Amino acid sequence: MNQYFDMPSDLQHSYVGLIGLHLQEALLPVLFGLLIALPLALVCSRFSWFYAPVLWVTTVLYAIPSLAFFVVLLDYTGDSTTTVMIPLTVYSLVLLVPAIVEGTRAVSPDTVAAATAMGFGSLRRFVQVELPIAVPAIMAGLRLAAVSSISLVSVGAIIGNEGALGNLLHDGQIYHRDPLIITSVVTTAVLAIVVDGLLVLAQVLLTPWQPHGRRAARRAARAAAVDEPAAPRDAVTDAVPAALEDAVR
Amino acid sequence: MNILNFLNTFFSDGANWHGANGIPHRLLEHIQYSAVALAIAAAIGLPIGLFTGHTGRGGYALSAFATGARALPSFGLLVLMTIWLGQLGTTPAMIPLVALAVAPILVTTHEAIRSVDPAPVDAARGMGMTSPSVLFQVELPVALPLILGGLRSAAIQVVSTATIAAYISLGGFGRYIIDGLASHTYSDVVGGAVLVAGLALATIGVFWLVGRLVVSPGVRRGR
Amino acid sequence: MIRIESVTKRYADGTVAVDDLTLDIPDGSITVLVGPSGCGKTTTLRMINRMIEPSGGRILLDGQDLAQQPVTALRRSMGYVIQNAGLFQHRTIVDNIATVPRMLGWDRGRARERARELMDRVGLDATLAKRYPYQLSGGQQQRVGVARALAADPPVLLMDEPFSAVDPIVRKGLQAELLRIQSELGKTIVFVTHDIDEAIKLGNMIAVMRTGGHLAQYAPPDELLSAPADAFVEDFLGTDRGIRRLSFFTSAGLDVTATPIVTADADAAQIAERTLPELPYLLVTDADGKPLGWAKAEDLAPRTDAGDGASTEDGASTADLLPHGRPFVLGQDSLRDALDCAVLSPTGWAVAVDGTGKVVGVTSQETIATAIRGAHAGRATKPAEPDADAPDAADTSAAGPAQAPATDGPAPDAPDGDADAPVKAAR
Repeated sequence: MNQYFDMPSDLQHSYVGLIGLHLQEALLPVLFGLLIALPLALVCSRFSWFYAPVLWVTTVLYAIPSLAFFVVLLDYTGDSTTTVMIPLTVYSLVLLVPAIVEGTRAVSPDTVAAATAMGFGSLRRFVQVELPIAVPAIMAGLRLAAVSSISLVSVGAIIGNEGALGNLLHDGQIYHRDPLIITSVVTTAVLAIVVDGLLVLAQVLLTPWQPHGRRAARRAARAAAVDEPAAPRDAVTDAVPAALEDAVR
Repeated sequence: MNILNFLNTFFSDGANWHGANGIPHRLLEHIQYSAVALAIAAAIGLPIGLFTGHTGRGGYALSAFATGARALPSFGLLVLMTIWLGQLGTTPAMIPLVALAVAPILVTTHEAIRSVDPAPVDAARGMGMTSPSVLFQVELPVALPLILGGLRSAAIQVVSTATIAAYISLGGFGRYIIDGLASHTYSDVVGGAVLVAGLALATIGVFWLVGRLVVSPGVRRGR
Repeated sequence: MIRIESVTKRYADGTVAVDDLTLDIPDGSITVLVGPSGCGKTTTLRMINRMIEPSGGRILLDGQDLAQQPVTALRRSMGYVIQNAGLFQHRTIVDNIATVPRMLGWDRGRARERARELMDRVGLDATLAKRYPYQLSGGQQQRVGVARALAADPPVLLMDEPFSAVDPIVRKGLQAELLRIQSELGKTIVFVTHDIDEAIKLGNMIAVMRTGGHLAQYAPPDELLSAPADAFVEDFLGTDRGIRRLSFFTSAGLDVTATPIVTADADAAQIAERTLPELPYLLVTDADGKPLGWAKAEDLAPRTDAGDGASTEDGASTADLLPHGRPFVLGQDSLRDALDCAVLSPTGWAVAVDGTGKVVGVTSQETIATAIRGAHAGRATKPAEPDADAPDAADTSAAGPAQAPATDGPAPDAPDGDADAPVKAAR
């Protein structure tokens, strides 16, 4: 087993340490992205004319390849984790703004009108009504951002030793230790799946009002079909991520 | 030196405009990798997505597959394929690129077909359309903008990730970045980065144009 | 004829949508399936074009078992209209309508020509042909839906709550349009709705269904209103079914009197002569006989006596008139319309006009009440026969209810004795 988990000394981290570093480099940007995206989305949902230009800018930013982004930043932030985390923050932001805006826009106009009629101000309405209802869409965006962030951190290895688990790829090649490469790939993939699973769990806990699981979804579909249970579409509970693949259009 | 100076150095260097390491040749390489990977991914993802979306089956298997595919680190996979398959032309690079592109194409196509308003589909069946006719004459034209969005998303990621293929000694714009980093020729690094970003933006443009051409005005403006 | 024979639809989870339903749907008329949510009416409709396959029983079309026929060919031979029209948003209006003809192998030019013809038939402007569905209003879209269903001239039209998503005014227009088209084409229409008023307005035969997929009653609308089979049907019909039933009684035989009608320039003698003892008002008409309004006899008389300054007085007197309200067209509108006019009239008397709007007479609420009693008496013996499940039952009832009392039912002034008091007094 040691050939898989003995870390070369130049990495200055144990296996567990690398995992911690990887998660930090991948997930802090998602958190920052979320913190920036929320107020931005609020502005976009209040002033709808503002959304189109924001969407354009985010689309363009998302198109910039990570490696290109890293190397351009090298000149400013040097060989540091910041160089990796800034682009990842931007990518997260780019995924989250449309997720939040589309999610809150999808809130039924009746619900919004009811909240307004009860005297909610627009900020309070956004935070207390629209955001919670948009949680499934936002969580879908978060999952996509977190998983792609975890994958992209590895690319940081190319610009220096900033790839956390990705650095193992480089070391595996120069020291001819193929097991390190397998360790890197498998660990990164497992991290992504675990984080994704935790986010799904968080969503279930955050949205107790939503039907969960296959049977519940079917029951909900049945209840929604007023007259006949004709061919109930087995509603995929996480139908949203697909829409998000295209959120940056 | 700031970025503009680097760019000026890079683009005014005549040696960067012809030969095997010239921009036109690297551009062709980059487009070739990306187009082949995208075509293979589309050949896998589109039919499966259309079929599962139309029949409404396999949604859970699909989302599990997509989660798995997204979790694969492309860079790691690229290196792994190289050590397993050796330097067998472009094959080691194609595998991660295709793996990267299949998930968005497959999932978006599936969901795009599923999200088509059920009323016209019901009407089409009721008028006596066969199942393939319903899919290709009713569902597909309406789902087309979303499907193109999935393809575009995949294309952008492929163009972006194809840059990394230079790490395993392949061509494309990534060459400038990898070689520049190794030789500390920072103007090459920045030049390559700008070229690849430009190509990604051009990809968006191409998809926008395709959308204008193939999506019915009734769908485009009707949403 | 479509014959639904002991048809049951049971889903895998045990839900029974339709339970042992037997129904004969006559040719050339509108049969409405009506009932609350979950009564299986849509399932029944969708089993006719095999969008849903029955779990038991069979459905015959002109004696042929539908299950034996190729499903796509079957569906192409039946028009299908659904709630939100279900238009193809990527196709222009004309191409939407041409869908089935194209599937049947017509060439594009002929299919489009047919489509334009149908646009005209359903009351759509030809300029809309090249538009896309999103550019049309909900009502227009639904017209396109109907045109599309009619495109290949199918003998059968299946309509699943086609008008329930549009606003009431548009719905009324679409209903009238459907009746007009039906009077021209005479299709076999099966129409699903949850709205009993729509059912009564459109249906030649109405099948009331109740939750669980049971047939509660199958009858022509008139009979449904007069003799609901049970408490469920009665409850479903609502409280004013007596009034609504009057829609099926024609005003043709209604006794009207032309006595209290004068032109604006009538003199005192005419006014005195024409004033009825029980009505202190006179209906004033213009020179063409169109109604202007009601006036009290004593208000009219002194004015015409002092005949000199006619020009100013004329304008003033018209302004003083009481509104005559909406008149009813004698012989064309129903007793319900006549009664409504009388109830809304300030004098309690309804104004009857002919098709051109010319006054033919006025009539009191009492006279109308007498006519209603007469119509009921005539109907009590009549509807027994069209009720039988003979295929032509609906035909009789389709044209029947409006004319029946007029032609062979006892007219309001029939010598029954109960008709005398108010009617005779009015003379």
